[in-house]
Amino acid sequence: MTSDTRSSDLLVIDIENITKDYVMGEEIVHALRGVSLQIHSNEYLAIMGPSGSGKSTLMNMLGCLDTPSSGRYEFNGRDVSSMTDDELACIRNREIGFVFQTFNLLPRADSLRNVELPLVYAGIDPETRRERAEHVLREVGLGDRLYHKPNELSGGQRQRVAIARALVNDPSIILADEPTGNLDSKTGDEIMTLFENLYQRGHTIILVTHEADIANHARRTVRLRDGLIESDDGGFGGIDNLPVEDPLPADAVVY
Amino acid sequence: MKRFLYELSESWKIAVAQMRSNKTRSTLTALGVIIGIVAVTLMGTAIAGIQVGFDKSMAIFGDDVLYVSQWPWKPVDDWWNFRDRKKIKTEYAEPINRIIAATPNSNLVIAVPTSSLLRSVKYGQSQVSNVLIRGTVSDYLITSTFDFKEGRFFNDVESKGGANVCVIGYDVADALFPAESPIEKSVLINGQPFRIVGIISRQGTFLGLFSLDSIVVMPLPAFQKYFSAKSDSDILVKVKDKARLAEAKDELIGVMRRVRGLPPEKKEDFSINEQQALKSTLDPIKNSIAVAGLFITGLSLFVGAIGIMNITFVSVKERTREIGTRKALGARRRTILLQFLIESTSLCLLGGFIGLGVAYVMCTGIGQAFPSFPIRFSLSLVLVSMAVSILTGLFSGFAPAWSASRLDPVAALRYE
Repeated sequence: MTSDTRSSDLLVIDIENITKDYVMGEEIVHALRGVSLQIHSNEYLAIMGPSGSGKSTLMNMLGCLDTPSSGRYEFNGRDVSSMTDDELACIRNREIGFVFQTFNLLPRADSLRNVELPLVYAGIDPETRRERAEHVLREVGLGDRLYHKPNELSGGQRQRVAIARALVNDPSIILADEPTGNLDSKTGDEIMTLFENLYQRGHTIILVTHEADIANHARRTVRLRDGLIESDDGGFGGIDNLPVEDPLPADAVVY
Repeated sequence: MKRFLYELSESWKIAVAQMRSNKTRSTLTALGVIIGIVAVTLMGTAIAGIQVGFDKSMAIFGDDVLYVSQWPWKPVDDWWNFRDRKKIKTEYAEPINRIIAATPNSNLVIAVPTSSLLRSVKYGQSQVSNVLIRGTVSDYLITSTFDFKEGRFFNDVESKGGANVCVIGYDVADALFPAESPIEKSVLINGQPFRIVGIISRQGTFLGLFSLDSIVVMPLPAFQKYFSAKSDSDILVKVKDKARLAEAKDELIGVMRRVRGLPPEKKEDFSINEQQALKSTLDPIKNSIAVAGLFITGLSLFVGAIGIMNITFVSVKERTREIGTRKALGARRRTILLQFLIESTSLCLLGGFIGLGVAYVMCTGIGQAFPSFPIRFSLSLVLVSMAVSILTGLFSGFAPAWSASRLDPVAALRYE
């Protein structure tokens, strides 16, 4: 991939004071109450928080699956908060690689076709598609599983296919939602090693998890509680860009 | 454009995989379309067959022949005004032909008298009843379209001399002479023997109502000698140029008025009939049969379409998470819409193909079992059926596909 061209001080995600309200029956739920966050390229960030903290909502915002009720969200300098559904689809397709807890592979398609899918939506021709899909599958160590369908693969292999799929469009960020949640701890460790490798090669990774040992793999940890950022340790390289309105002091960085 | 093509081929692959993995469901759903297409196709072939039979029946009358008759070939409200008209006499033919010959640049060629009634025909122990016995002259051939299976028509000498000769239709020959040639044999009509000189080849039926092959044609003088009472007579007049049929008709009206000696202030007491007039009378009937038939069979296709719609809704529901995943990976609304439209359409097309195959086999079967049954299977029918299948697929897939394309990706991904 083009990891060598990545610059580590490029601002990828710039969120300022975003809120998200849902109407649940009669009452309004304030899932996010004003969150500001900046993420630079080649960061390895974990978003943590108990259920109901707004962690999933923030992930949906970061992944451009949803738009905020108020506040500003810029992705690579482009204002995302007012984009149409199809424009968001385009951003997701080109800029974001999703890794889900439940893998979300197409059950009846082999590894290659699963990985090719984002390229289909990007309008890449079949030969290039095949070439790139094969390349990333080899990168995640599945060169010998190109024609296997998901039900012929182990859980760890499935998640590798999903990671290959997330990588294939060379996205600006990889957004992983509980990527080891459905795996045993040994396989989970393998997946985390893979993420570590990707990070070392220059990728920007955002993990969403409630497990502390998974979050420990990241270089920076953001904790959410009740729709607000409870703590942000700033991590490596990002401390200067901490939002000033964050009321809580950053914890010490221990890496 | 390229991107659209890639999405199209991707959607097609998914549709095929989807059908393969849900074989029972797809088959049962397609069955509704199969039945619908079979019904519509068979009705289509029947209508096409009726059309062909209709045209064939009409051709018997010839598109260049005018018929002078007592009654018009169309329904009339004031039938009493026609009932009391003078009968058309075979003797009119002679003066008409004289006038035609005396008219320069006449649009008419020749007038041929015919006189007909129904009688039984006997040969040995066999008998055929309700045979149309027709007396005419040898020039009858000029106004007719039939060929001979065997033998010939009676000649001018036999015609004028009123010889006891006759030409018989295919059905009469078939019934009376199953194992031998009828030529030179004699049949009995009204106790009188008539020598057979020719057999007319098979003509079929008139609109499936009665056979055109149950006929015996003989010289007019012989006919008048033995069957003078209660016969209906017409004068057949051949037209020179069928493109100028209306002029020819006007000319013939003038000729007939002279023959009948009608003063100018009196209305015609005869009718000039032609194939076209009969067609325009029967066309609306034929068309309403076609519309009613297609509507009723169309209902069965509609039920099939509802089946497809239902299964596509189920498919959208079942695959909500897949839709969410696809959206997360960058599928736009149009992509999702297209995908489900293609799934419903390919299911309908599959049903359409099978339905056409079944209809083809049934058509061939019916055609072989009942050769006289008017049924036609054509390429245009195949194309129309395919188009109908595709339209059915688009129609039934649209609502579910639309709802899928509008799904919120977050909700779809979280759907259990």
